[in-house]
Amino acid sequence: MADPMRIRAQAAGDKATVRVLMSHEMESGQRKDASGKTVPAWFIQEVEAKLNGKSVMTAEWGPAVSKNPFLQFAVKGAKAGDKIAVTWKDNKGDTRTDEATVS
Amino acid sequence: MRMTKALSLIALGCLASTAALAQKTAVQSIEEYRAMLQDGNPADLFEAKGEDLWKQKRGPKNASLEKCDLGKGPGVVKGAFVELPRFFADTRKVQDLESRLLTCMETLQGLDAGQIAKTPFGKGEQNNMTALATWISAESKGMKFNLSQAHAQEKVFYEVGKRLFFQRGGPHDFSCASCHGQDNTRIRLQDLPNLTRNPGDGVGFAAWPAYRVSNGQMWAMQQRLNDCYRQQRFPYPGFASDATVALGVYLGVNSHGSASVAPAIKR
Repeated sequence: MADPMRIRAQAAGDKATVRVLMSHEMESGQRKDASGKTVPAWFIQEVEAKLNGKSVMTAEWGPAVSKNPFLQFAVKGAKAGDKIAVTWKDNKGDTRTDEATVS
Repeated sequence: MRMTKALSLIALGCLASTAALAQKTAVQSIEEYRAMLQDGNPADLFEAKGEDLWKQKRGPKNASLEKCDLGKGPGVVKGAFVELPRFFADTRKVQDLESRLLTCMETLQGLDAGQIAKTPFGKGEQNNMTALATWISAESKGMKFNLSQAHAQEKVFYEVGKRLFFQRGGPHDFSCASCHGQDNTRIRLQDLPNLTRNPGDGVGFAAWPAYRVSNGQMWAMQQRLNDCYRQQRFPYPGFASDATVALGVYLGVNSHGSASVAPAIKR
């Protein structure tokens, strides 16, 4: 079971800055373990952000993204009180969604 | 002949000034890099996990750690970190944060402290230990170190820690002081704080637990000290051993009055 994300969203002017910290191993598939066997790739492939249920951003990620990734983006037209939901899905099919309120 | 000499002198001068410039830029860009990372410190994730673990009922006794006495009374977390290590009357020992947590996990939750101490860092219950230490340190963020030296044992631990700090040994004939006994030195690109005196706010003892970006690991003080000994090619000190606690007392007392920035973020 994946650990929760940390999402902070702050409105300023006509947009809101969203900062997301995800908890994920992001194993590249290039590393070998102590016994010389390749550690299987395990990384986030899809990221989607929704503002009040409406999709505002999608991203395709690969194995080059760091462990415990940090993502920051701006959403136009988001106001205090709006709901920002972020979903990721990894290559093992595991997924996690967390929600935060814009302040 | 004379001409060539003068020219080469000028060339040398240029070389020296470029080197000085490059050095400054490297330190500055590291500062910049750290500032960029500061906002999304993944230590937050460990902090959240630690807080949950503190309140969660676990172990054979199915109890939480909420009655754990970190030195300021059962369950008091805020401000406890900046007063550790300290002497505890119930165990009659000087303990640091992690050795104290071991005691609590054993007495309150019924977990096997010996087994946890033997577990390698980053595995099993040690991950929980790190998360707990991260959260507890975060509860004292910005507060100033104020270790007690009132008890005789605390004074003894300070002196023992000092001895250990200067003790040279291993194949490289190294001591902690070899790297951390001078001002303004670096190892590769990392600044080395002088830990024989107070290195200031958020440096040295006041900067751990910290998240290491390069390996994506969260390290508490015990792992930090363990890795220092690895770099010295010493045998690993035992987890939560008296030797590591004594070093903690030495570093902590030296940092008196400095503000803790833990959980910090490192390269």
